Amino acid sequence: MKKERVRAVPARKPFRWHIPLFLAPAVLVYTAIMILPLFATLNLSLFNLTEARERVFVGLANFATLFGDPRWADAFWNALANNGWFFVVHMLVQNPIGILLAALLSSPRLRGAAFYRTAIFIPTILSFVIVGFVWKLILSPIWGIAPGMLDFVGLKSLFAPWLGKEEYALTTLALISVWQFVGIPMMLIYAALLSIPDEVLEAAEMDGITGASQFWKIKLPLILPSIGIISILTFVGNFNAFDLIYVSQGALAGPDFATDILGTFLYRTFFGFQLQLGDPHMGATIATAMFGIILVGVCIYLFAIQTRLRRYQF
Amino acid sequence: MATRTPISRSIAAHAVLITYTLIALFPVFVIVINSFKSRRAIFNDPLAVPTAETFDLVGYATVLKQGDFFQYFLNSMTVTVASLFFVLLFGAMAAFALSEYRFKGNLLMGLYLALGIMIPIRLGTVAILQLMVASGLVNTLTALVLVYTAQGLPLAVFILSEFMRQVSDDLKNAGRIDGLSEYRIFFTLVLPLVRPAMATVAVFTMIPIWNDLWFPLILAPAEETKTITLGSQVFIGQFVTNWNAVLAALSLAIVPVMVLYLIFSRQLIRGITAGAVK
Repeated sequence: MKKERVRAVPARKPFRWHIPLFLAPAVLVYTAIMILPLFATLNLSLFNLTEARERVFVGLANFATLFGDPRWADAFWNALANNGWFFVVHMLVQNPIGILLAALLSSPRLRGAAFYRTAIFIPTILSFVIVGFVWKLILSPIWGIAPGMLDFVGLKSLFAPWLGKEEYALTTLALISVWQFVGIPMMLIYAALLSIPDEVLEAAEMDGITGASQFWKIKLPLILPSIGIISILTFVGNFNAFDLIYVSQGALAGPDFATDILGTFLYRTFFGFQLQLGDPHMGATIATAMFGIILVGVCIYLFAIQTRLRRYQF
Repeated sequence: MATRTPISRSIAAHAVLITYTLIALFPVFVIVINSFKSRRAIFNDPLAVPTAETFDLVGYATVLKQGDFFQYFLNSMTVTVASLFFVLLFGAMAAFALSEYRFKGNLLMGLYLALGIMIPIRLGTVAILQLMVASGLVNTLTALVLVYTAQGLPLAVFILSEFMRQVSDDLKNAGRIDGLSEYRIFFTLVLPLVRPAMATVAVFTMIPIWNDLWFPLILAPAEETKTITLGSQVFIGQFVTNWNAVLAALSLAIVPVMVLYLIFSRQLIRGITAGAVK
């Protein structure tokens, strides 16, 4: 009898109150402000107002409207296509430049590496308001910095009011965004390159693999996981972008919606603009569509890309 | 290895880096020098540095007279510092619980908190606004602090728990033997040791909060709660044709972030290269 009690005591551990106490504030704030509103938004997309301004459950009818009704669908597919192009420009320009800069920065005994790193990262810390207006001023035909500089190299005929032309505006904005954010891939790749152990590189040198071929054959395969992370960060960031377009082109994402992306489309729909009233239900529907797009992208990354990338443990 | 690198390649590397540095800094440079020039000089020779005869502070005078920039700055400061405090405190507490103790649902809780790294909080805006309207927090700085705290927590928990796993168990167990409570262990032993990681998280959390336009625009657009980002956006929108004022406002908006960045930049780079976000 006595023996049993002795054994029973350690089996019943006292509840460790400190664990929930440590977790509570973060979990509460995160759940209340982030997770619940997110699900409330997803839920709201299943409702709409009747003629009598009563809220009724409409199932997926809002989505049918968004994807099929010409009044909404044209704007939606336009925003989605623009957003896709916005992402493509980032993948093709921002990430290769970031990798190139990181590769150069990480070359051994490069003088002034800290200065370059600090300077190139500066645009990333500036707010969209600054970036948007700075480039608007520089590209402005009135002020003439861009035409003046093109004139200087004899290419003045190439100048056009890029932000005002339908065919160039979106690409120009994407490139401005690339200018702003190139510091992020640069830093992450730089960190990944620094973590490659010297022994690996020395072994490569022994085999006569140096310079550019060392980069392509040894370093690039080793930093592929980082490139994967950068791609998915770029994807999430791009399909969530809003500020730069709003600041430089306004909520109407002119000229003639040529720079409209999902973020500005959501803003206009939810809050209304000019004569159109705001519509929380369609706004929630667009947010849900964006949620779906981002979720699909993240899942593709997690299950299709990340699991196939070989990770090397040093 | 460097001894074997040909000089020509090193020159080429510097050439590329210098070129890109110029591209990165040029727009900022143009804005700042022109903000100190008279209107005529801005248009006549945009690329010249201000000289004695073109030097003019009229833009700054307009900005300081018209916009309530000091108030905006104070609002931004309040929101950023308060959010940062809560993100770091709550984030570190949760990270400690996740990295230190084994309990049922540990992994699941970690995944739940990490979800927010990939899913942007903006998608919940519609419901967040309804929530803030219902609780009467619209046009208060509290609303912004709450939202930014929630926004910053996932990454903070993720990075900090990676770092806390590296804190030696022996140290914590020595503390336990000496009779320290779990709270004392966290606040007096572990927190000071992860200070570098906290600084990294602070920088990563601070920049998007300071620069955010979306939530101030939606949750707190009133005059007395405008942040500096929203304030300068509105100001520039009103003064589009007054180039002196626009350039001065832009320069004033650049300076605070720039100073903070230069203070923290070494910490930021050390944090990244130490493997916090690899």
